[in-house]
Amino acid sequence: MKVLVAVKRVLDHNVKVRVKSDHSDVDLTNIKMALNPFCEIAVEEAVRLKEAGIATEVVVMSIGPKAVQEQIRTALALGADRGIQIETDTMPESLSVAKLIAKVVEDERPSLIILGKQAIDSDNNQTGQMLAALTGMGQGTFASDVEIQDNEALVTREVDGGLQTVALRLPAIVTSDLRLNEPRYASLPNIMKAKKKPLDVKSAAELGIELRAHTELLKVEPPAERQGGIKVASVEELVDKLKNEAKVI
Amino acid sequence: MFQHDIDAINAIREGVRGLCENFDAAYWRQIDEVKGFPEDFVQALTEAGWLAAMIPEEFGGSGLGLSEASVILEEVNRCGGNSGTVHGQMYNMFTLLRHGSDEQKQKFLPKIAAGELRLQSMGVTEPTTGTDTTKIKTTAVRKGDKYVINGQKVWISRIQHSDLMILLARTTPLAEVTRKSEGMSIFLVDLEYAMANGMSVQPIANMVNHETNELFFDNLEIPADCLIGEEGKGFRYILDGLNAERTLIAAECIGDGRWFIEKASAYAREREVFGRPIGQNQGVQFPIAQAHIDVEAADLMRWRACHEYDNGIPAGASANMAKYLAAEASWKAANVCLQTHGGFGFACEYDVERKFRETRLYQVAPISTNLILSYVSEHLLELPRSF
Ligand SMILES: Cc1cc2nc3c(=O)[nH]c(=O)nc-3n(C[C@H](O)[C@H](O)[C@H](O)COP(=O)(O)OP(=O)(O)OC[C@H]3O[C@@H](n4cnc5c(N)ncnc54)[C@H](O)[C@@H]3O)c2cc1C
Repeated sequence: MKVLVAVKRVLDHNVKVRVKSDHSDVDLTNIKMALNPFCEIAVEEAVRLKEAGIATEVVVMSIGPKAVQEQIRTALALGADRGIQIETDTMPESLSVAKLIAKVVEDERPSLIILGKQAIDSDNNQTGQMLAALTGMGQGTFASDVEIQDNEALVTREVDGGLQTVALRLPAIVTSDLRLNEPRYASLPNIMKAKKKPLDVKSAAELGIELRAHTELLKVEPPAERQGGIKVASVEELVDKLKNEAKVI
Repeated sequence: MFQHDIDAINAIREGVRGLCENFDAAYWRQIDEVKGFPEDFVQALTEAGWLAAMIPEEFGGSGLGLSEASVILEEVNRCGGNSGTVHGQMYNMFTLLRHGSDEQKQKFLPKIAAGELRLQSMGVTEPTTGTDTTKIKTTAVRKGDKYVINGQKVWISRIQHSDLMILLARTTPLAEVTRKSEGMSIFLVDLEYAMANGMSVQPIANMVNHETNELFFDNLEIPADCLIGEEGKGFRYILDGLNAERTLIAAECIGDGRWFIEKASAYAREREVFGRPIGQNQGVQFPIAQAHIDVEAADLMRWRACHEYDNGIPAGASANMAKYLAAEASWKAANVCLQTHGGFGFACEYDVERKFRETRLYQVAPISTNLILSYVSEHLLELPRSF
């Protein structure tokens, strides 16, 4: 069984971002980039399936400029077998990403496709769903557990009220939630091996996909600065302030 | 200027940082508070293969150069940790690797690479001779197929967390050798066996939460095949590994320096006194800027040392100078960081005082600043030897 994992390069979750002075976007110059945490969980899940003898090959793909190869290598160091980069000048929006992944799915014919439920930069939470629509496959989003039985994937989903388990006929699409697993860290020997694993580069044009923008980013605002707190002397004073000043109770 | 595989170096940085994220400031603070040893951290680093970076692939390591290895220790310190707890495992094997017999290498290196055997300790320093190493009084006398060890060592680190130690002892009395650097030998000592057969260990309480000890040898008999290389050449073997060790220590200091500067800058941007950030005062920002320049300059010398070492070019000058510059720079950065934090720098929860203590060590150990100046004077400037 072949597993395809699609991963995104995003800014590191530890980095404090600054908004550009003209508010056109966040400033990414010299910012440390990393593998999107949900994608890392997706890779880990695929690698575990391989270690359990269920998956036979784990292919990892990423879309974007050459720099995304860094994140593909990271995924290879975590245990994926080979990488595919779809080269684009900028980061395309979700629908284009889903179309590009759908093309790779057509070529690779994986039995399972795992994606992060969302990327921590744009927080869209839609690529997996769009991919399901484009490919006509079943989807198990917000997965906190994945089990493969015969020709089915049993996916436990984190829904508002609790947990829901769905059975998907393979090939299927899974998007990972935070509690699906705890990713390992890459070991030094595996980082070194990752450098020698195959990494194919294809262009969006080669795949016959035209990248189109459906939305336009108008402006970006930083969150409001936090006001300094005050210390209160007693519970009474706290209750009084919550009632009469903050007016929240 | 110096050619390195930048992609590999970046991947290593990322990898070490990823691991270090799980051992945050609170972890190190707690270890320091209870004067503990970061066993989980050492275990994780070992299991992920980081400490076997320089062991050749044929023995189960990654066979990397000093450049890559130095980045590993740099990043540990850069992330707020203390490489002093692990660097021994990375470099104590140099003497074994370069001078051990094939049999010794086959027997020990794969286990060291796998983390099954810890070679964390090296016993050189003695209480009565200090830096004047050739005067060491610990002796190893050949008796049949054994050596009998007597004497005393001090400041021998990580003994309680190691399985093996490289020990330097005199095998020919000083009076009987033509050159004082001759007549010393190194041995690979099994610590568990030694502790049961005549070696006693006395921990030394100290300022940096370093697990370090006094050792007493009372007729400790060890098998003769513990000898590494030829008898009498041990001092030269030890010197042989020093360029790599100095460069690794320099990299640790660079990591510390960067940690201090980032911490100082962040605090100077945020702390407001007199209605503005303290970092707006040149009296606060200039010392941080100076420390930054010093760290970056030292880093260049560190990369020169790595480049020379990895390309088989004699690296004595650059390795010594890198260690000197980096230890000076990290200490300066530590001092600036503490000063920038004002009173809060003294509060344990800011981690500055801990790192301040830790980085101060590198002015003294494994080699003191004065001895590097002596080296440069004598070997590079052809000035008369002062001792
Ligand atoms: C925490 C810690 C861990 C250590 N771990 C180890 C270890 O694992 N294994 C090991 O073998 N050793 C270890 N050491 C010992 C360390 O290498 C020595 O402390 C160091 O080499 C200095 O020797 P000393 O302390 O005897 O100082 P001394 O030799 O007594 O020197 C004292 C001072 O005088 C200066 N000085 C001495 N002679 C001269 C001279 N001719 N010219 C100018 N200045 C001079 C020195 O620079 C130093 O500042 C450790 C030390 C510490 C503090």
